[in-house]
Amino acid sequence: MSSTSHADTAAAAQDGATAPVPRRRRGVRRLSLRDRIVVAVLLGIPLLLDLAFVWFPAIGTALLSFTKWNGVGSLHTQTCKPNVPSILNNGCWYGVQNYHQAATIYPEFWPAVRHNLIWLAVFVVIATPLGMLFAVLIDRGIRGSRMYQSILFLPVMLSLALVGIIWEFMYSQNYGLINTVIGHTSDSNAIDWLGNPHLNLWSVLVEATWRQSGYVMVLYLAGLKAVDPTLREAATVDGANAWQTFWRVVFPVMKPINIVVMVVTVIESLRAFDLVYITNKGINGLELLSVLVTSNIVGETQRVGFGSALGVVLLVISLVPISVFLYQTFRREEAS
Amino acid sequence: MTTEALTRPGTAVPSAPGRRRTRPWGQLASQAFLIVASVLWLLPIAFALYVAVRPYSDTRKYGYVSLPHHLTLKNFSDAWTQSDMLHFFWNSVLITVPAVIIVLALASGVAFVLTRVDVKVNIALLILFTAGNLLPQQVIITPLYRLYLKITLPHFLSDSGLMYNSIFGLIAINVAFQLGFCVFVLSNYMKSVPEEMYEAALVDGASLWTRFWRLTIPLCRPALAALATLLTTWIYNDFFWAITLMSSGDKRPVTSALANLQGQFVSNQNLIAAAAMIAAVPTLVVYILLQKQFIAGLSLGASKG
Repeated sequence: MSSTSHADTAAAAQDGATAPVPRRRRGVRRLSLRDRIVVAVLLGIPLLLDLAFVWFPAIGTALLSFTKWNGVGSLHTQTCKPNVPSILNNGCWYGVQNYHQAATIYPEFWPAVRHNLIWLAVFVVIATPLGMLFAVLIDRGIRGSRMYQSILFLPVMLSLALVGIIWEFMYSQNYGLINTVIGHTSDSNAIDWLGNPHLNLWSVLVEATWRQSGYVMVLYLAGLKAVDPTLREAATVDGANAWQTFWRVVFPVMKPINIVVMVVTVIESLRAFDLVYITNKGINGLELLSVLVTSNIVGETQRVGFGSALGVVLLVISLVPISVFLYQTFRREEAS
Repeated sequence: MTTEALTRPGTAVPSAPGRRRTRPWGQLASQAFLIVASVLWLLPIAFALYVAVRPYSDTRKYGYVSLPHHLTLKNFSDAWTQSDMLHFFWNSVLITVPAVIIVLALASGVAFVLTRVDVKVNIALLILFTAGNLLPQQVIITPLYRLYLKITLPHFLSDSGLMYNSIFGLIAINVAFQLGFCVFVLSNYMKSVPEEMYEAALVDGASLWTRFWRLTIPLCRPALAALATLLTTWIYNDFFWAITLMSSGDKRPVTSALANLQGQFVSNQNLIAAAAMIAAVPTLVVYILLQKQFIAGLSLGASKG
């Protein structure tokens, strides 16, 4: 087998001078049996794994969202009967009732959606510009830029669970750094940063921003390095100041990185879970869609169908940034 | 550019006289801003560290925010011995190391096939892998949880006999979930390998496997190193899979086990601070040692958007 492919390629090499492109293509395409087996193994195992543990469950969630199921017993295709105790109805086809219930009578649903949107807004309005500013300043190569970069990126290395624990010392009602400094530690005037449902989302968002802006900074640093320096020189020669150079020349060139940052921002705010879970299990003012999904399906209530419906809501919202990203990334490849 | 202009003032002055006047102020403002930001960014970590090096008796007497009377490393040793941290670290190692190796092995194979062999559906497969990594974890957890309760494993892989609550199960989901990102980055990297090298290999009669293993993998070493460091921190820092797919706390990796420790030590915050600092050490060491690779790794994934 290897001798035939050897002969093929030798012929291709000889012909190379006259018609290199088509011969080369054919040489790659015409695979020996052994090469085919290699391709099948290299592609097959990961594909199977990805389909089994990521895509099959994703489709499963979509299907389960139309059922009423407590996770025990079997699923069937009969339509759920109204006015029958749910124990007899278990595993039945529920149509869009889960979605309807989520939107109308589930008290935590709309607060969770609102919290997710606030999370996104804070990331867009504060974390992203802050990270971009860090990157731009550091990229100008001022003294100590490497040190600043290391410090500002440090939180990204910590797990969100650790971030939650570390910030506990800042926020704690009676021994936290913040309350001590502003003199609010006595029982009468203590500020409960993480317990007060009107306050805790914002407190947690400070933690999240603290971490996210370092992440955005690194993405922009990478993007800025890729910007052709002659562009900036040309802008400087034309008399543009630093502000103009950045907004008129550098920023537009960084379009790919802007899209990546945008996608990362949306996805990270939809995925948010660890911080609120470690802070107070994601209840009492910290409800997020991710928390509701988790508590409905692995918590004590076991409303699998309902939790899946919430998961599908999360999936549909996530598909927007995912599609933007994929479209931007693969459009050029399709063309080439 | 700035440094170049500063070291050669003669060339910079005539072209941009306006900038020269504003630059010192700009420099000063940038420095001031970055110093303030750095202090704010270090403050939470520094304070947790400060709490960790003070004895419990001190903080109880004088409060957490007070001048140091004694400093001690005893909290670290206590946290280490009382909470069985070595055990949780070992769990993290057992999960992270195999997972990173398997992801990189599988992803480089996929990336190679998708970039170097025309299998007709290359882009569709690339999209499939990449999109999978972008899904929120909660979207797939229900059926995954059920699946894990259904799949039986031999006892040497899981003492419960199931995928659920086994180290093997955590490795599997981390591998499946991280595959997408690695395939994406590696295929971008492999595309930059010049076609001529493969032609030369073909002339030498190299089989597909040889072209993959002997030619592509060595060339991708920088990308693999960068990905290895990124994956190590991500998998080590995982919280969600560990708390949903593991029922017994003693099998969990260190970052999620810490949530339990919080309850266990609730009266002694100094000990919690010390435990948190200990748990942060591995990723910080990885970060400090491989900082350059990290930045490069992120830019590999990022600049290709």
